[in-house]
Order: sequence, then C-alpha cells, then structure tokens
Amino acid sequence: MADAKYKHGSLLIKGGHVIDPAAKINAPMDVLLRDGRVAEVALPNKVRGGADEKFDARGLIVAPGFIDLHVHLREPGQSYKETIATGTAAAAAGGFTLVCTMPNTTPVVDTAEWVAWLRHPERGALVNVFPIAAATSSSRGATLTDFAALQRAGAVAVTDDGKPILDDEIMRAALRLGAELNLPVVQHAEDTRLTEHCSMHEGPTSFRLGLRGMSAAAEANIVDRDVTLAQQIRESRLHVAHLSTSDALKAVRRGKRAKARVTCEVTPHHFTLLDQDVGEYNTNFKMNPPLRSATDREAILVALADGTVDAIATDHAPHAAHEKEVEFERAAFGITGLETALALAITKLHREHKISLARIVELFTAGPARVFDLRSRGSLARGNFADVTIFDPKKRWTFEAAKSRSLSHNTPFDGWQFTGKVVATIVGGKIVYRPD
Amino acid sequence: MHAWPRSAGVSGSVLPALRWPRMMHRLHPYAMNKPARGSLLGIEHLEDKEILGLLKLARRMNPLKARPLLRNKRVVLLFYEASTRTRSSFEIAAKSLGATTVLVQSSGSSIEKGESLLDTAYTLRAVGADAIVMRHPSAGASYLMARHLDIPVINAGDGMHEHPSQALLDAFTILKHKKSLKGLQVAIIGDIYHSRVARSACHLLSRFGAKVTLCGPPELVPEFATTLAPGLRITRHIEEALRGTDVIMLLRVQQERLAGRKIQLRDYMAHYQMNTSRLKLAKRDAIVMHPGPIIRGLELTSEVVDCPQSVIVDEVRNGVPTRMAILLRALGKARQ
Repeated sequence: MADAKYKHGSLLIKGGHVIDPAAKINAPMDVLLRDGRVAEVALPNKVRGGADEKFDARGLIVAPGFIDLHVHLREPGQSYKETIATGTAAAAAGGFTLVCTMPNTTPVVDTAEWVAWLRHPERGALVNVFPIAAATSSSRGATLTDFAALQRAGAVAVTDDGKPILDDEIMRAALRLGAELNLPVVQHAEDTRLTEHCSMHEGPTSFRLGLRGMSAAAEANIVDRDVTLAQQIRESRLHVAHLSTSDALKAVRRGKRAKARVTCEVTPHHFTLLDQDVGEYNTNFKMNPPLRSATDREAILVALADGTVDAIATDHAPHAAHEKEVEFERAAFGITGLETALALAITKLHREHKISLARIVELFTAGPARVFDLRSRGSLARGNFADVTIFDPKKRWTFEAAKSRSLSHNTPFDGWQFTGKVVATIVGGKIVYRPD
Repeated sequence: MHAWPRSAGVSGSVLPALRWPRMMHRLHPYAMNKPARGSLLGIEHLEDKEILGLLKLARRMNPLKARPLLRNKRVVLLFYEASTRTRSSFEIAAKSLGATTVLVQSSGSSIEKGESLLDTAYTLRAVGADAIVMRHPSAGASYLMARHLDIPVINAGDGMHEHPSQALLDAFTILKHKKSLKGLQVAIIGDIYHSRVARSACHLLSRFGAKVTLCGPPELVPEFATTLAPGLRITRHIEEALRGTDVIMLLRVQQERLAGRKIQLRDYMAHYQMNTSRLKLAKRDAIVMHPGPIIRGLELTSEVVDCPQSVIVDEVRNGVPTRMAILLRALGKARQ
C-alpha cells in the first residue's frame, strides 16, 4: 500500500458529505489526506494548504475506510479459491480498506511465522490485511496457541472459525489468556454435536427439502455459555462471529447489560435472506451459520438498528465452482460477500428498513474498529491512517458475479439490482479502486 | 438427427437398430437450465393435470400386453442406493415398452473412483441415454442433474426428499379400492422425518383433498411437518390416527438414516406398531399400505402384512404400470 508517491503526496476530497460516526460528523466537509494520514477535515472550501490532487466528491458520501472483521482469503494453501491479491481486490471494490483474515487455511494460521507471511508485501494485498490467528493448535480445540507471539506478529484476534471451541475449559483458558493480552477471542458459535450432517436451518423449509437442519439452539447454546464465561473472567473480550439467531442476540444483550466485553457481528446475507430462499437446492444459499427464519432476521434488523450489533462483517467465503456444483448436502458452506455488502446495507437496511446512513457507516467503520481495538482506524480524525471510502448512496446498479474481482463467484446475489455503490476506495492516501 | 451409416456394414439383424445419439448441445458445465420436458423430480411442483394424466395413462398400461412405444429408446437406471422394488419395476416397465435399459450402480462404476454426479450425468448423456432414472442418497440430487441435462430425469428417490413414482403408484392403488381421494381419511404412521415416500404422499394426497393425519413420536414426526402441505395434522396417539380412517400407510423406521436421533425400538413398537387389534379401530373397509421394505414384527405384525385388508403386494404390482406411464410421458410420442 505504501506507494512512494502517496506516502509523500496529498489528495483533497472536495465537495462530499462526510459521515464519520466516531468523530460525530455528518455534514458537508472537505478532507485533506497527506503523506498517508488524514491531515485535515474542514468545512467546504476551508481546507488550508494545497493538494497535489483533487477528488470531486459532489453528491457523494465520504466515510472512513470500511473494515471487514471476517473474510476468508484462502491463503495459504487454497489459492484456487482465492488469493490475498484477488480477495483484497474484491475488498477494495466493496469499499473495504481493511480486512481481517480467518485462519482456517491449509495449513491453519497458528504460528507467528504464518501471521507474518500473510502480512508480507509479496502477497500483493491491495488493502490492509490484519490476520486473525488460530486459538488452538491446528484449530483442533485441544491446546491453545501462543497468543502473545501471534499478537506480536500482528494478529488482531484469535479464533478457530469454521469450528467452535466446544470444550468449556479450553474456552475459559482462551478468554483468560486473551484478557491478559487484551486480545479478543472470536467464536464461531455452533454446537457441532447437534449439527452433524446438517446443511441448512432447521424448519419448514429443511423439512420440505428433506435436508437435516441446524437448530437455532445449536448457535444460541454456545453464545449463551460464552457470554457467561466472559462475564466471569475479568477483562476478557468475546466477539461472536456471524451471529444469526434471535436467541443468540438475547445472550449478547445479557452480556452487554452486565458490562461484559462482548461484541458481535452480523453478515449482509443474514439480514437480507431467509432459509426459504434456498429454493430448490441452490448451493449459493448454503453457508454456515445457515440462512434463518423470518423471526431471526427480524431480531437481527432490530439489533442492527438499536446498537446491539457492533459490526457488519461479510464472512466472504469463496469456493471454486466444482465445490458448489454438487449435491446440496455435499456442497461447501459459504458465499462471497465483499463486493455486495455496502449495496445490501443501503438497499435493505437504509431504504427498506429506514436505518440511517450514519448508523450503516458506523457498522462498517467505528463499530468494527472498536471490536478489535484498531488504533487510528475507523475514523477520519486528524492523524489517522488515510483510509477513505467514497460511495454514492443513490446510484442504481446491477451486480454481475461474472465480473467479480474475486477468484470465485459463489454468490446468491448475481443479477440483483442494488442502490448504493462504491465510487472510490482509498488506502493510505492512494486510490486503490475506482469503478470502470 | 443422424442415421447409422449404412455403408459401415452394421447389420440391423445383429445389433438392435439403435438411433445415433442426438448431437449433444454442450451446455456450459455450470449452466442452469430448466429440467427437460418429461422430467419427474417430485410431486410438489407437478401440476394437478399432470398427476391426473399420469394416473389415467397408468390405468391404460398393461405390462403383459404392452406395445413397443419406446422402441430404440435408452433408459439408464442410475442407482446410488440399494433398491429392490423401484429398480426392478422401472426396468420391467421400460422393457415392456420396448426400451433398452442400462443399470449403473455406485459400486462397480466410476462413481466409486470419485466421479462427481454431474460428470457421471454428462458421461451417461454422451453414451446416448435418452432418459435417466436416478436414486440417490442426497436430497435434491435429481434437481442438480436435471438442471444440467437436456434429457428427462426421473427421480426414483432422493435422500429424504421425494419419491414421486411411489406416491403415484400409491394413489393408483388407493383409487382401485376407493372412489376418490377427496375427503378420504389417510393415516401415515411411523418414521415420517426420514421418509421421502411420506413427503411425496403428503403433497399428492393433500392436493386432491384427502385428510391426512401424521402419527409418530416427535423425533420422527416433528411439529413443523404440518407445514409441508395444507390440511395435514399430527397426532402422537396411534388410536386417534386410526379411528375411522380409510387408508393406513405404514413406514419403516429408517435406522440407517437415524444419525444421532435416539429412538428406542421397544417403545416405538409398544406405541406405534400396527397389529390386528389396532387395525379394528379403522373403518371396516380400510386398506393397509406400506411402501416396503417391510420389517415384520417391527412397524407392523406379520398378521397385518398378510391380512385381507393389506394391499402391500398390490402396491408393488401397480408400480409397473405407473412407471410405464412415467416413462411414456418422459419419452413417448404422446407426451403430455
């Protein structure tokens, strides 16, 4: 990202409407970026000093760079699905300037060496890549990894994503060690003892299709236990990944009321789609956690609006065509999501459910920055990293999976018409994405 | 269409006069298209008139006096799961109509070597299949195949999803004994959760106005089973299900599919086994059905299997004309 020209250059974003929830700004402002940092945010035409380049942002929203707490970029080891280069290109196209990568690769990212490898410039990342490391060795759920070494190497959190940490003692130990290091433990909440052979949400649709269903309780039970543990262990930080059920939200609310450091994220597909959208076995609607019932989606929409949810995260999970064009029960779990997240948030949350743009921007910026304690990010405060996302909240467009920058095209949103599109993504003061 | 090159010296008297396979329109490997006309993937999305047409056609079919309406047609029977009734009756149905059949099973084929379902489908299409009859352990497998092929796909049972030919032959059997499905009291008893037969039967019977009662323990008959089709109800008591019923459909407890669901067979038999004293609760002219395979002494007693009200063997017999109708609809000139 550290392009020499922009490390020592400046860019003035003029005429836009700045929404920066962390700084409580929601007004027409000009933004000056200089030498990779935010130099100034001022009223229109009040920026002092010149700029090498100007960006005309009239009619556009200028926001802090979006942060995605949950992506699978598949490297190391699964570069036929996605690479850091292609995945971050998709991220840039979706307005994300920072993505947190999940460790369930081949091999699992459970050592400081692999964390450093992920962050190496040779990976060709277009946006910031902040690794999340495995919480247990090979994510087998048995022995904890060296949290301190992983953190020193640059890991922002630990998780066994894709698998839950089921054992109470291991989870307690992970939260305890995390508390000492101020490192969040991210949990993929699924009681796998209850979800064996399951491929979607348990309910009328799974019964109709003859598919074994994952009960909502399989998620809620684990969240409930984790919140209880987080309440017991002082200073521990629990982050619930891709929360999808109404009962799990109740547990998170309980933790937050008790002032435990419990946070959660929700994916765009869970606030948009329902289990019945699986239709006749469309594997692009198969992911874990699965699409849930209307009641669950309703609860998620309320929680997005009222502040219970801390972040929108995509759970971008690319898979090759041959892993999806198979029997539904055999198909891989997961869908891509980086390029459709903002469009879904604006189309569904803002236009349909009347959630303010400021709240949406918060869910993409200040919210996730708080969850992982990402310093100097998620806000356009002076001196912060010059990561900016500029979008047109009124632009209508059609998403075409075939034109995706991701290496994989497993999305349920192919051909969807959206309102709201990213116009420019700026990382470290450099424009890394502009639409063709 | 291409004819056999006569000059090539292929003697029609030695080899059956097979039609040269239609040039296959090479679909994009992952293209989605509509299932080919004549496909039968499930009862749920079949129109009323198609169901009635199939039943009418089945009544006209006589395996002993069949006309070779499907001569030169190649039907592949692709079986990824064990089957006695369905496989043999599809094969006899196809042969009665003059079609050639090829049986491909998961053991002893490239499926064992890890060939994917779609690659198997393309292979069978390339060797000249005109239709594929498939049984598969995964729900929705026939949908996947039908979306990628330009020939009819007939679902002979996909996982826990549907078994449409069984529902049709059951309707055919019921209509031999009862005037109409409308208003008929039907009790479906046993392992409904794992049963593709039950799902297909519920769709068909509910559509034509039968009153269907599902009966079994919660592990095998979940509450949301009633959402499958309009007018379904659930009872946990076999006596309640049987009282005044016209048709009793029994289902095998599919122990091979239980996957963690714990059920005590002794308790199951105490509460839900069909025996002669329970049979007396039903209407005097009630018929007893079972899609097979039956396990005597488990879901029903031997006395019930062999009682005069039992039409279990009749169902198997009716499978042949029903499947002849299905194949004729898929491949015959008089497609509906």
